[in-house]
Amino acid sequence: MRFAQFLNGLLLREFVGAFFLAMKYFFAPKKTVNYPFEKIPYSPRFRGEHALRRYPNGEERCIACKLCEAICPAQAITIEAGPRQNDGTRRTVRYDIDMVKCIYCGFCQEACPVDAIVEGPNFEFATETREELYFSKEKLLANGDRWEREIAANLAADAPYR
Amino acid sequence: MASIKVDGTLVEVPDYYTLMQAAEAAGAEIPRFCYHERLSVAGNCRMCLVEVKGGPPKPQASCAMSVKDLRPGPNGEPPEMFTNTPMVKKAREGVMEFLLINHPLDCPICDQGGECDLQDQAMAYGVDKNRFAENKRAVEDKYLGPLVKTEMNRCIHCTRCVRFTTEVAGITEMGLLGRGEDAEITSYLEQALTSELQGNVIDLCPVGALTSKPYAFHARPWELVKTETIDVMDAVGSNIRVDSRGREVMRILPRVNEAINEEWISDKTRFIWDGLKSQRLDRPYVRSGGKLKPASWDEAFAAIAKAIKASGGGNKVGAIAGDLAAVEDMYALKALMTSLGSGMTDCRPAMSGIDPSMPRSAYIFNPTIAGIEDADAILIMGSNPRKEAALVNARIRKAWRAKNTPIALIGDNADLTYKYEYLGNGLSALADLVARKGSFGEILSKAVRPLIIVGEGAVSHGAAHSKQIGRDVLAMAAKLATGSGAAEDWNGLALLHNAAGRVGGLDIGFVPHDGGVCSADQIGLAGKGELDVLFLLGADEYDTSAMGKAFVVYVGTHGDAGAHRADVILPSAAYTEKSGTYVNTEGRVQLAERAVFPPGEAKEDWAIFRALSAVLGQPLPFNSLSQLRAAIYAEFPHLARLDQIAQGSLADVKKLAGAAIKTKSATFTSPVADFYLTNPIARSSATMGECAALQAGLRQAAE
Repeated sequence: MRFAQFLNGLLLREFVGAFFLAMKYFFAPKKTVNYPFEKIPYSPRFRGEHALRRYPNGEERCIACKLCEAICPAQAITIEAGPRQNDGTRRTVRYDIDMVKCIYCGFCQEACPVDAIVEGPNFEFATETREELYFSKEKLLANGDRWEREIAANLAADAPYR
Repeated sequence: MASIKVDGTLVEVPDYYTLMQAAEAAGAEIPRFCYHERLSVAGNCRMCLVEVKGGPPKPQASCAMSVKDLRPGPNGEPPEMFTNTPMVKKAREGVMEFLLINHPLDCPICDQGGECDLQDQAMAYGVDKNRFAENKRAVEDKYLGPLVKTEMNRCIHCTRCVRFTTEVAGITEMGLLGRGEDAEITSYLEQALTSELQGNVIDLCPVGALTSKPYAFHARPWELVKTETIDVMDAVGSNIRVDSRGREVMRILPRVNEAINEEWISDKTRFIWDGLKSQRLDRPYVRSGGKLKPASWDEAFAAIAKAIKASGGGNKVGAIAGDLAAVEDMYALKALMTSLGSGMTDCRPAMSGIDPSMPRSAYIFNPTIAGIEDADAILIMGSNPRKEAALVNARIRKAWRAKNTPIALIGDNADLTYKYEYLGNGLSALADLVARKGSFGEILSKAVRPLIIVGEGAVSHGAAHSKQIGRDVLAMAAKLATGSGAAEDWNGLALLHNAAGRVGGLDIGFVPHDGGVCSADQIGLAGKGELDVLFLLGADEYDTSAMGKAFVVYVGTHGDAGAHRADVILPSAAYTEKSGTYVNTEGRVQLAERAVFPPGEAKEDWAIFRALSAVLGQPLPFNSLSQLRAAIYAEFPHLARLDQIAQGSLADVKKLAGAAIKTKSATFTSPVADFYLTNPIARSSATMGECAALQAGLRQAAE
């Protein structure tokens, strides 16, 4: 037993093994990606930055039912509602998400009866100040407009499993 | 009594009970939509189907079938009903499926969502499938006025609203037209409902077909904080629940109290809440150079202290309490006035016939509101109960519907929703009754439990008249109430006040004493320059232009008449923003709770007087609400007995009846000209303003 140990030490067996292992991975294809320029594929269920969607005719989907506000476990959503001036339909006058409070659980999009609030594929919304992470209705609708194509594709891809 | 087996348990119930009542007695739950305890039985929703043994072999509507309709078994076994058999389950699922055929299922945008009977019962008794693939029907929304919003697609034709408006509210303005799929609830002429109880159809509607228009889409039931409190819009003291979110009152709903409001409330009570958010006084103001300028509490108190010092105190300082003042507020103000050596306190309208020396039974609604149903003759004088106390009016209508109680009116002729004999307006008609002349005089002389409702309009005749008129009216009313035939256990003298604070003020003696004079005389003295400082505790219903050069301190909530005249404004808390004791017209002591906090720098009234007393150098002997309450309860023990009435004595009424009548003639005018605009909160409410404008328009159109 002591002899085998002695031989291992003398012949640098572990050192050589480690060297070859390192060389193997040195020449193997890389697992990491060159992040800002390359991205890995994400699941259609990825829960990223929130967005409020619109119907194809431009009408906002949200009907101010407040189910997302009710289900939000972090109480990050604040909604104020009322009849819209021009046609009296039920709309939000305020739809705020505190992205600092949000835990990205996705309950809001599960609760939404009209697929208005969704967690889109975007995760790159880091900001310099805290205040920028208090999303207003305008910001969320703008998100929706920007990401609509991806969101719609993701929802379509996930639809068969729902 | 009849015995019936409900799901195998034997219960003994009165034989007039319906199967549904028997099931409830046995603890079995039966779903229902059209059935309501306080309305007639319609039996048209079919949700309450049960299986019976000893009756027809098909599911039976338990709300419409009586226990005595069932036969006993061949050996005398009691009849049986089942609420949990497969037949019942299938029947309920079938009914629910039919109800949902034409229901739009738009719960997410429906205001009833979260508190909807159909939603709850569909979850409990429905199935998750629908075999109906055809289009749903579409029904045009109806216009029912500025208070009730309609979404007629959601209607399931339970006809609760129709039955409520015809039976309780007494307006035949709603109905069901058409049959089957074409059935529609309608107001016939697309006109606003003219009842002051119409808001109750919102609560009655088991779905979201009738919802509150001012509250539309603003909040969800689950985000509201519920506070059980007391209404102060009239002297009835309806039990209400204030639903608030954050610092805002979002809506007001009734609470069940069989003795007072059953489960209804008037529209003013229900829709007043937007008035709590506008025209509010949220910081002190001091008048300088003829203009009211914002000031700090210290500056305001200093200005008052200066004025009081200049006046020299004593009866140079007066105080008038308004309609919405709580007992605590008035007690604190009275204590402050006493410390200044003044007996100039009053909470009554100008020239009230209610004398400070009179016993309690002379100013409360002795027979109680529930007692209206026991009366066998009702005389209303100088009051329009429909406007002054809508729920008392509903009670009178209930009595009239149930027993055809003879009713007569002295005063302005008006539509009170029930039939009454109009005896003219004036003291002569009353004198005729006292002499037992005319057909109603005869009815009264035979009545065992006569109910004499004396309105504010009969007791208080305004600054231009004498107090003696009111006193004489009271004496004559007492004479009628204690007439020869009246039972010894019945006290029929019923003072119908129209202000929530009045009975409380009279109870704690917020009336002139120690050389003080009444409200109208205080204003008169102020006009003559003999009264230097006048405190107005939310008093806006007085002639503020006649206060001369007096230094007016207005303690109140809204920028109304009193605040416009004021030299110093101290902002205080409205009835939803403080815990206060209110005594209703029956003399029932009730505690209102705080639902939200007062806006800005506004404080609770009693705390304002406590703080002011410290600035004046004579601190009042209480530092907290509980200490104040302890002082009140020690002095007036009956105020500690919440939700109870300290009964007035019949002997006092009899003594009152003995007074000599001096007045020859007088006419009675109801003090409530416009039901919707009776107090500062209502006058600040846009909803109430809209209702008042609409009513004025209707009145004009009718003339």
